[in-house]
Amino acid sequence: MTILPYLLAVWIFLVGLVGIVTSRNLIHLTVCVSICQSATYILLLAIGYKSHGTAPVFADIPTSRKVVDPVVQSLTLTDIVVAVAVSALLLALALKVFEAEGSLDPAEIAELKG
Amino acid sequence: MTTRVRLAVFSSGLVLVAALLVDGVSNLPPFGRYAGPYGDIVARLVEPQRHMANAVTAVVFDYRGFDTMGEELILFAAASAVALLLREMRDHDTSDLVEGIRSDALRGVGALAAIVTFVLALQVVAHGFITPGGGFQGGVVLSAAFALVFLTNEYRAYNRLASSSFAEPVEALGAGGYVFLGLLALALGFGFLENFLPFGVTGRLRSGGSAAIVNWSSALAVSGGFALIFSEYLQENVAVRHGRVGK
Repeated sequence: MTILPYLLAVWIFLVGLVGIVTSRNLIHLTVCVSICQSATYILLLAIGYKSHGTAPVFADIPTSRKVVDPVVQSLTLTDIVVAVAVSALLLALALKVFEAEGSLDPAEIAELKG
Repeated sequence: MTTRVRLAVFSSGLVLVAALLVDGVSNLPPFGRYAGPYGDIVARLVEPQRHMANAVTAVVFDYRGFDTMGEELILFAAASAVALLLREMRDHDTSDLVEGIRSDALRGVGALAAIVTFVLALQVVAHGFITPGGGFQGGVVLSAAFALVFLTNEYRAYNRLASSSFAEPVEALGAGGYVFLGLLALALGFGFLENFLPFGVTGRLRSGGSAAIVNWSSALAVSGGFALIFSEYLQENVAVRHGRVGK
């Protein structure tokens, strides 16, 4: 099936989204945001894949060899590092919220009630 | 808003998202038949034009070095914000607290593992333009070496190593150096962040031109940023366990 990897990305994204909407804990929420973000890695890498292509590193293969797209790989690599830093920031915010409100449940925190 | 109302609003939005997803996925090229052309052009040009073997690192630090600067600054901002938020919560100094691992075997193995990880990190950064690796990956491995010091040895040792003398100056040097290299290229009459040094010989350590320096400065920014995040969380954790919290 030629769209299976894309469907995997969609599925991971939706699972993360459902988690965000139903979350009752800010730390759980941060994990759900990271799950949504990991869908983008799979989508990017799937778009850049070529059948029978190898890694775009020409240290030990001839430059004529069929390789997968290096541009989406670079996007994914910087994306992963930045995602970790953003998770750290979200967790620090969760700590601040807990310090101020004594709870991590968005439904119990007055200023986060939608 | 009750949970039921929220789920109702969410599912009505989900209908729209589902329509967009079906439309988007059905218009993507079939898996395995990448249509290009940018990746193909880069893969073909990277060796003859830039003398780099690793096309991924070439895109990150040379062809699209400007975008990576944006990523670098996001990382810098996030790490600084973590430090700001967590430091504001602490009004006690924790640098005098003793939190040691007493097992000599664990300490010895840990120190060895930290050294091996440190060397591995330098290796990954240095060969970024030759084999898979580069400043981002190597920077993360480098910060893991510092985390190993905390995990297997001592909180104070980590603090001395990473917190004051390493994390902040190195992160600042890395992020600032990245921008400085861009401006230096401008001052020398090239484009911003354009590769202005000789490209060297493909496959040698001294290849990559000025992008190799950009690679190292990003390794500093990433490792400094992560070491800063680690040490802020560790100080928070140690302060809580020793009852030194609250105003």
